[in-house]
Amino acid sequence: MPIIRPKIKILDDDHKEMILEEAKSILEVQGVFIENQEALNLFDKNGLIHEGLRYFIPPDLIDKCLKTVPPEITLFDRDGNEHITLKDDNSHFNPGSAAIFILDEDTGEIREALSNDFIRFSKIVEQLEYIAAQSTALVYQDVPKEAQDWHRLYIALSNCYKPVVTGTFRKESFSIMREILLACRLSEDDLAKKPLAIFDACPSPPLKWSDLTTQSLIDAAKSMIPSEFVSMPLAGASAPITLIGSITQHCAECLAGVVIVQLTKPGAPLIWGGSPAVFDMKHGTTPMGAIETMMINLGDIEIGKFLKMPTHAYMGLSDSKIPDSQAGFEAGMGALLAALAGNNMTSGPGMLDFESTQSIEKLIIDNEIIGMVKRFIQGIEDYGAPFASEILNDYGDKEELLSHPSTLKYFRKELFFPSSIIDRMTRDSWKDKGSKSTRKRAKDLSKKLLEKPSVKPIDDKLAKELNKITEKALK
Amino acid sequence: MIILTGEEIFKNIVDSIVNLEEDKAVELANEALKKKINLLEVVEKGFSAGIRKVGELWEDGEFFLPELMRGAQIMQKCLDILIPHLQKGSEEISHGKVVIATIEGDIHSIGKTIVATMLRAYGFEVYDLGADVPAEKIIQEAVEKKADIIGVSALLTTTMTGQKKIIEILREKNLMNKFKVILGGAPVTSAWVEECNAHGSAENAIEAVKLVKSLLNK
Ligand code: B12
Repeated sequence: MPIIRPKIKILDDDHKEMILEEAKSILEVQGVFIENQEALNLFDKNGLIHEGLRYFIPPDLIDKCLKTVPPEITLFDRDGNEHITLKDDNSHFNPGSAAIFILDEDTGEIREALSNDFIRFSKIVEQLEYIAAQSTALVYQDVPKEAQDWHRLYIALSNCYKPVVTGTFRKESFSIMREILLACRLSEDDLAKKPLAIFDACPSPPLKWSDLTTQSLIDAAKSMIPSEFVSMPLAGASAPITLIGSITQHCAECLAGVVIVQLTKPGAPLIWGGSPAVFDMKHGTTPMGAIETMMINLGDIEIGKFLKMPTHAYMGLSDSKIPDSQAGFEAGMGALLAALAGNNMTSGPGMLDFESTQSIEKLIIDNEIIGMVKRFIQGIEDYGAPFASEILNDYGDKEELLSHPSTLKYFRKELFFPSSIIDRMTRDSWKDKGSKSTRKRAKDLSKKLLEKPSVKPIDDKLAKELNKITEKALK
Repeated sequence: MIILTGEEIFKNIVDSIVNLEEDKAVELANEALKKKINLLEVVEKGFSAGIRKVGELWEDGEFFLPELMRGAQIMQKCLDILIPHLQKGSEEISHGKVVIATIEGDIHSIGKTIVATMLRAYGFEVYDLGADVPAEKIIQEAVEKKADIIGVSALLTTTMTGQKKIIEILREKNLMNKFKVILGGAPVTSAWVEECNAHGSAENAIEAVKLVKSLLNK
């Protein structure tokens, strides 16, 4: 056990309470816009007052719904083995989702992706030790538009055993995706007990739940599939410019989501999450690597924890267009802060250019960042006093400590061993090896990773079953 | 009371827009009306010159988006005061008509709204139909409003096809020569513009203004 689990806090309890109270009062007084018929029926059935599509949610209903949210979620891999648990301060990472483009490692161009890119991507995610879950990270153009959301789940599960963070672009897609997930389990019950996928759903800032994403919440809840709120207040554009105002809006949007889901099915699994951003006032963009974006994320995470829910955030991504030093420091800061906040699921690795582009090179570099971050949050271990004096007594014998029993005993535990991504060679050997940049080393490693056999290849029968579902759905 | 000449009023109008002083700008618009100054000149040498200056300041990095948007809105407010007094109403100062919307199935509206606001500020008559609008509806509005330009925003790769659909319908209905169609949104590339046979795209609001101006030779 470490002496302490390193942690960061940016809100005090008084302010968490104030934010929560204000968010509840926003839902009571200003209400939330609901565009989905099933949710409207549900709200009407529960006697909610409304003006048109604006529904007012009383605070006691919110409190009631919060009580039935499970405090933790365990995800299982494709083959049904327990994989990770989202609870306490556990910190897991998955690639940023739904990129429109890929940064081609060979040409250096940002281009539209093809299914083969996503196959390569998924195979690499499988190999990367510190990327705990995969995601439907790339949208590719060689399938019909109607299939662009669900087809990714098929490719993902066919090429990587890790649980998946995914989402729909069309209401019709949910049932196909559910069928794909069910094929990996014995029964509906088995899927509910052993969740394999998380569905992302974005409220529309400010204070609206769209038809599509509300349907996703409801459909997932019915099957006890975890939903992850991706509330994205854009500070200064579709949310207050003040960081605390944006955190409050995020809280209100997520609380409305909690009510939709828990009224649909009490006890349905949920993750308190988001992808907020401050609006860049010069370029009109939504920088995910801005330090203030990270601050809003940290506030959101703290509120989620205050409510005892599993948490999620989009951090560890960059707005740079290539894996350069901006990409490195934005991803590095984001990943470290997310882990220090004890965020349970952090989406972002690989992502560039305002969530629009995925990069295999960056993903591989980010894996290394996360390795270091994981080491950091393990903290400093107390192996028992005296801490140094006895060891130092022995120094005189050999005038080195490399061969000392304590070094041998602890060096593998105390040190994180980076891969070839991190350069710690002498300058001469670095030159001998071709004077390569981090990016070049990542590119080289990507080729090697792709040649490796799958960690857990998909079972033939399941592969056939997934093919069958896909062929049928494509017809 | 100080009597202002036309030139002085124009300068004050420019300053009021650049300094984002809404009350002052409105007062000056009313004063111009009272004094029966040539309104076309008031618009061109006053308000339009002001917003152009704001645009330049933004391009130079002196101004930020909130200032650009606020300037555009003050300008709009003043135009709303002046237009009823123009002989032919808005037609007289309009540089062209634009119908703009985010395509069906897509609710990403912020970029489209910024573009609409800027176009308005630069003297175009803009009909913003909002988000999640079917292609047929966009075309119907464009026909009704006798638009020069149809602007279509799409942020999802799945909804981009709607942009192409607009052009296909226009072709079918033999309406292609009536409008220029411009596209925007994160997934839109020049290859896509070409594939759709659209007339152009722009990656931010000021570029969109330049595009529309060049398409209409303004
Ligand atoms: C903010 C945002 C949202 C907000 C939108 C709020 C709103 N009211 O607009 C919300 C939360 C609602 C949202 C929802 C979803 N989103 Co979204 N969203 C974004 C994000 C982060 C930024 C978009 C934005 O506002 N940018 C700022 C504005 C100012 O820029 P802009 O829109 O590009 O506009 C500029 C230019 O493009 C141009 N322009 C724009 N329109 C036009 C029109 C014309 C005519 C011209 C000339 C120029 C022009 O000028 C503008 C001004 O500078 C993008 C990422 C990205 N990089 O774009 C994802 C993104 C577009 N979203 C994405 C997804 C997946 C979704 C959801 C499907 C997620 C879900 N399952 O819940 C839903 C979609 C719901 C739906 N049916 O539409 C994906 C798209 C993936 C894909 N392959 O298509 C992206 C890329 C993020 C990601 N990787 O996941 N999203």
